[in-house]
Amino acid sequence: MQPVEIAKGIYDVGVNDWNIRDFHGYSIPLGTSYNSFLVVDEKVALIDTVKKEFADQLIDNISRIIDPKKIDVVISNHTEMDHSGGLARVMHRVGESKPLYCSKMGLKNLGMHFRQKWNYHGVASGETLSLGQKTLTFLETRMLHWPDSMFTYLQEDGILFSSDAFGQHYAGLEKFDDMLDMDIMPHAKKYFANILLLYSHLIVKLLEQVTEMNLDIRMICPDHGVLWRKDPGRIIDAYKTWSLQEPVRKAVVVYDTMWHSTEQMADAIAAGLKDAGIAVRPMHLRKWHRSDIMTEVLDAGAVIVGSPTMNNGLFPTVSDFLTYMKGLKPKNKIGAAFGSYGWSGEAVKMITQELEAMKFNIMDAGIRIQYVPDAPGLETCEALGKQIGMALAG
Amino acid sequence: MDRYVCTVCGYVYDPAVGDPDSGVKPGTKFEDIPDDWECPICGASKSDFEKES
Ligand SMILES: [Fe+2]
Ligand SMILES: [Fe+2]
Ligand SMILES: [Fe+2]
Repeated sequence: MQPVEIAKGIYDVGVNDWNIRDFHGYSIPLGTSYNSFLVVDEKVALIDTVKKEFADQLIDNISRIIDPKKIDVVISNHTEMDHSGGLARVMHRVGESKPLYCSKMGLKNLGMHFRQKWNYHGVASGETLSLGQKTLTFLETRMLHWPDSMFTYLQEDGILFSSDAFGQHYAGLEKFDDMLDMDIMPHAKKYFANILLLYSHLIVKLLEQVTEMNLDIRMICPDHGVLWRKDPGRIIDAYKTWSLQEPVRKAVVVYDTMWHSTEQMADAIAAGLKDAGIAVRPMHLRKWHRSDIMTEVLDAGAVIVGSPTMNNGLFPTVSDFLTYMKGLKPKNKIGAAFGSYGWSGEAVKMITQELEAMKFNIMDAGIRIQYVPDAPGLETCEALGKQIGMALAG
Repeated sequence: MDRYVCTVCGYVYDPAVGDPDSGVKPGTKFEDIPDDWECPICGASKSDFEKES
């Protein structure tokens, strides 16, 4: 990717990772980008780097604007290796003794990634760095989504360099939200659901804090995907909505199946929910990626989980999903379990226990059907769907 | 002495270890840590901790 001038003297010198499809277990069908920002003023600053394999591309991009040796300060908003992996190469070219700015937690965490004794400057929230005409202000955003995470705000241009927050996994040559002919919001939502959901309460606090600070935000530049310049308020509002996790009239029926019996139950539960006026989608765990299911879970009011009993336990994909969902700590959900079994039928109880541990509101002891469901069995499933649907609609 | 877990990041405060980096000596009960102490990992406040179950 060629550098893109995003404002006068400010460039995105990042790279596209066109072919990546699996981002530590999160599916990214459109690839992603690692954005990196060069601010050329009386002093020159580089904000964030890229994944290690792309470090040479980053340096090429910088070289098209300025000799990398002219960079006076490097800023690391986040230690995770998709943004710090290129640091070793970058510091080598920029100069090993140049100041490297990061948060206080960044000091600790970068030190456990890189053994070089760099000229670290740990900054606290509110500290500023003047580049001449432009001033950078640092804002700690601990646990959004790592302890080291921070934002860098450029006052004069009203640009918020927001690290992973507000990002989307999207590789493209169009660097701005207003250049796309597709809706990027579902990708921003997927990012939130799979990376940030568990820190929702911190996001609520952070957004309040940012509102109080009365920052003039004209552009938001995340480290992945497109930059928000048309209406940065739109993504901020979306984050507000998502972090509150107010359930909408929507349910997800997540399941796996061996001989279609649990599948029939899933479809019947979905039909019952539909009857009660709830939007619902049954999602088969070997047809849908766990990260896509989580995106649906984000704003659903109910998550109903089904598993056949296999060897006295859960079907493996159901375990996988429950582990994943538990870690992301969704709030305000109604839950229930169902499943077909042959002779022992432990799975339903195991799911219910897991959902209880996630503080879901359990509506029912769960439905177990031996072998293949008959008509009355499926009616029970439909009735459960309807009951949950009415609770959601109420 | 009870151990306490940070509800934000999962860090466990172990009184036997304390948090020497922040001046909390080994052997300090959770209750005796100053109120302005923060989670050494994520910066959460003392009130964000729960007793380990
Ligand atoms: Fe990250
Ligand atoms: Fe990232
Ligand atoms: Fe913590």
